[in-house]
Amino acid sequence: MFDSPTKLALGLLTGIFFGFLLQKGRVAKFEVIVGQFLFKDWTVVKMMGTAVVVGAVGVYALVAADMASLHIRPALLGGVLLGAVCFGIGMAVFGYCPGTSVAGCGEGRRDAMVGVLGMFAGAALFVALYEQLAPVIKSLGDWGKITLPEVTHTSPWLWVTVLVAGGGAALLYDRWQHRNRSALSPPLSERSSDYR
Amino acid sequence: MTNPLTMKSWSPYVAGAGIGLLSWFAFASADHPIGITTAFENSAALVEKAAVPQVEQTNDYFAKKEAEGKPPKIDWEWMLVIGVFIGAIISSTLSRDRGSAVVPPLWSWRFGDSALKRLVVAFGAGALMMFGARLAQGCTSGHGISGTLQLAVSSWIFISVAFAVATATVWAIYGKEGAQHV
Repeated sequence: MFDSPTKLALGLLTGIFFGFLLQKGRVAKFEVIVGQFLFKDWTVVKMMGTAVVVGAVGVYALVAADMASLHIRPALLGGVLLGAVCFGIGMAVFGYCPGTSVAGCGEGRRDAMVGVLGMFAGAALFVALYEQLAPVIKSLGDWGKITLPEVTHTSPWLWVTVLVAGGGAALLYDRWQHRNRSALSPPLSERSSDYR
Repeated sequence: MTNPLTMKSWSPYVAGAGIGLLSWFAFASADHPIGITTAFENSAALVEKAAVPQVEQTNDYFAKKEAEGKPPKIDWEWMLVIGVFIGAIISSTLSRDRGSAVVPPLWSWRFGDSALKRLVVAFGAGALMMFGARLAQGCTSGHGISGTLQLAVSSWIFISVAFAVATATVWAIYGKEGAQHV
């Protein structure tokens, strides 16, 4: 029923930092999430991209040092594809994703709080319908718990290097564009929503 | 110099790098990727078991999870979700970035300022989103960050499709004119 107290405490501590960073990164807000999909506010992509690049380097280093193991979700195509469609529509209408809605609750947002209750209902429905859903999840094939390096028979470090290079290039491009914009119209860079 | 803890926002690159470092910590300290929605599934399963005890016999779910060695429980990830709530309270309190808004401005531009309408739709959309996350076994955190950084095939497929569908949905709802109201 319960993990060990140490593990529970570690989970809580990790969560507090996660919620703090989500709130400081402004992604616990409807307008930032929807603004991303309207291509008006690139906060979500910048934040997720940076997290993935930084995270990949450290996690693959930990795995190489035998200090952690990979935890790959299976590529059950029916579940992943149907799930992604439901998830995408739900997130677009709700204006929060699961983590950011919980952080939005912490910020005091009422629509996020009601949405989290809805999320609980969605989870309950999934458990109740599990027997009917299991064949749907397994339809369209099961590729197993595979990674991109395994599929392509390449080193994970090749992929990590590509991620770092791609992220670095995107960062430089963003800074360069930001400087050009600031040079043209200085007040824009001082807008609070444009804070970097 | 302004105290970073009382600032309303950090650069997305700084906050993102922080989440990346936090992933290292999660893997190193608990050998666990950061994720949110498995905890909701576990809680729902525990509630269903408590409310209708015979569900354990009638619903194959419980036997399957037991066999996988992952019976529903209060675990690391469950506490992580509680922590996210607390962390956001701390951050928003320090920066006075709190609000009890019900209807976001963009939403009211499109659908009017009925609080009931916004809350009913938020409930339904939250349910659909979570249902999808459990079908796919992950969300923006579990697949979008933790899965993609592990280079998982399932996660790169999930996040690409989910974000493409979300983009199409948002444009269908708010359109070009809505983009001027963000």
